[in-house]
Amino acid sequence: MAGVQVANVSRSFGAHKALDNVSIDFADGGFYALLGPSGSGKTTLLRQIAGFDFPDAGRIAIGGESVERVPVEKRRIGMVFQNYALFPNMSVADNVAFGLSVRGEPKATIATEVQRALDLVQLGKLGGRKPHQLSGGQRQRVALARAIVTKPRVLLLDEPLGALDKALRVDMQIELKRIQREIGITTIFVTHDQEEALTMSDRIGILRDGQVVQEGPPEEIYDRPQSEFAATFLGDANIFRGDATGSGIKLPDGTTIKASTGTSVPAGAKASCAVRPERIRISTGAAKPDPANANTLKGQVSKRIFAGNNSTYFVDRDGQTLKVIVQNTGAERLAEGQPVVLSWSPDSTVLIAAA
Amino acid sequence: MATTRILEGLGRFYIALLLGFLYLPIIIMAAMSFNASPFYQLPFEWTTDWYASLWQNDQLIAATWNSIEIAVITTLISTVLGSMASLALYRYDFRGKKVLQALLFPPIAIPWLITGTAMLIFFFGVGIGRGLIAILLGHVALALPYVIVVVSARLQTFAPELEEAARSLGANQWQVTMRVTLPWIMPGVIAGGLFAFAVSFDQFVVSYFLSTPGQTTLPVEIYAAIRKGFTPEINAVSTIIIVVSMALMLLTARFFKFGGEK
Repeated sequence: MAGVQVANVSRSFGAHKALDNVSIDFADGGFYALLGPSGSGKTTLLRQIAGFDFPDAGRIAIGGESVERVPVEKRRIGMVFQNYALFPNMSVADNVAFGLSVRGEPKATIATEVQRALDLVQLGKLGGRKPHQLSGGQRQRVALARAIVTKPRVLLLDEPLGALDKALRVDMQIELKRIQREIGITTIFVTHDQEEALTMSDRIGILRDGQVVQEGPPEEIYDRPQSEFAATFLGDANIFRGDATGSGIKLPDGTTIKASTGTSVPAGAKASCAVRPERIRISTGAAKPDPANANTLKGQVSKRIFAGNNSTYFVDRDGQTLKVIVQNTGAERLAEGQPVVLSWSPDSTVLIAAA
Repeated sequence: MATTRILEGLGRFYIALLLGFLYLPIIIMAAMSFNASPFYQLPFEWTTDWYASLWQNDQLIAATWNSIEIAVITTLISTVLGSMASLALYRYDFRGKKVLQALLFPPIAIPWLITGTAMLIFFFGVGIGRGLIAILLGHVALALPYVIVVVSARLQTFAPELEEAARSLGANQWQVTMRVTLPWIMPGVIAGGLFAFAVSFDQFVVSYFLSTPGQTTLPVEIYAAIRKGFTPEINAVSTIIIVVSMALMLLTARFFKFGGEK
């Protein structure tokens, strides 16, 4: 088991900078998500850590040992591929045994270890099957057992749940987390699914155009995004753009929005505010003004989407459409076209310096 | 209803005609190899004399052994070299790869007569001359493109992540090839080998150019025998070759068809 340090890593393919001076410290035993849209460099970064590809510049260390020029087969990593990449000519047990077998471990040891790994992923009885006789979720478990049976220093997962349907994905998320906790292995997984990143990881690194946009615990990134991109890529956010006032921003129409979280931006500079849709209260304007929700805006409901436990209101104001999510508490529902007042707390408003 | 039935009948008739056209001459030849009359006279009189006298024909038997030996060695060499070449073309990008791949196909299309002439001139030029070694070299050269084409086609269905997965588990290049890649392409390798065997064993034109009276292959020997005067022995030996060739082709078809599954 070991931590992974990525320091100032760059990698270009022709004129395209896939990774541009990326540095992330993956602590020992942590569960990390590399989140980003396609083409953001997250998979390239994972392949550098795995050793399938070498960086043009920078340092990669596993357990303090520099490995940036060590080929994958000598890095002692475990990897789970997006399409599982199980060996079709081998049984489940032989797939899991492969890593131990190429190392020349004694047969008895291999048999014990394979059984232990299969038990861990709850496939103890399916060792004799061929991969094509398994369901997607089972293949996923075999791939995981195969990757961890060699006791690698790091576990790398490339969109491991992407090929599974929604219900199975949630099961596997819980399962994966359980196994990771049980063996305490440093785990880095690549995903474009923000929900997956939020629910599973201890820390998230958001990548965009080959650069780390923000890195930290999920709560911190969600509550205090440092860029509009981070705010909108991880979760939903309403973005207001204007000029910084010192305690918030002033919109072009003169409205001021107070913000008490986020970075401090010198007055007069361009800045944005991000507000999560679930932090905004929507009312017909009849209610008394509340000092806790000092930010208010008037608008008109343009659309309502009912999703059972909550409703999403799209509210038009001054050429902008804002999104508000309201829990289904049994309160009166607002009709489309109705004038409304939106209010929210400065504590829920994140000030972001303009890029 | 009536028209359908007529069309169906026509279809059946057409297939019968096609199969008859393909197989009737062969069946007649095979039948005549068991007929006592050397002049194809009827009524049919059962005999295995021609097969017996074939057994006495030392020249024909020597040529048969030459053919089998050359075909087997050609198969081994061209299958190993061809599979290795296919793997190299699959795995690596290098300068001139496209050109090399393009250059592998024309030998299949160039008439064997021309290839044979060219080889004869070349082998004389470099001092190899004619004989079994020359025939073997020629056959390997002819068979290689077939193996590469067949194995490469199989490799197209291989998922490169499998090699990556094997490497991530600590396997070196040799282990990856032997335990992951080769098992997957095996049906292609076997089919390619069967092709190579057929190309060599059935080869007449190139062998004819490169053989000497003492060192010759079965097809060339048959041709020489026919020129001297046709005997039903030729029917007998041809029947044996047809049975062997057809068995090989059916095997090839089997590997091709069922190789892609699983």
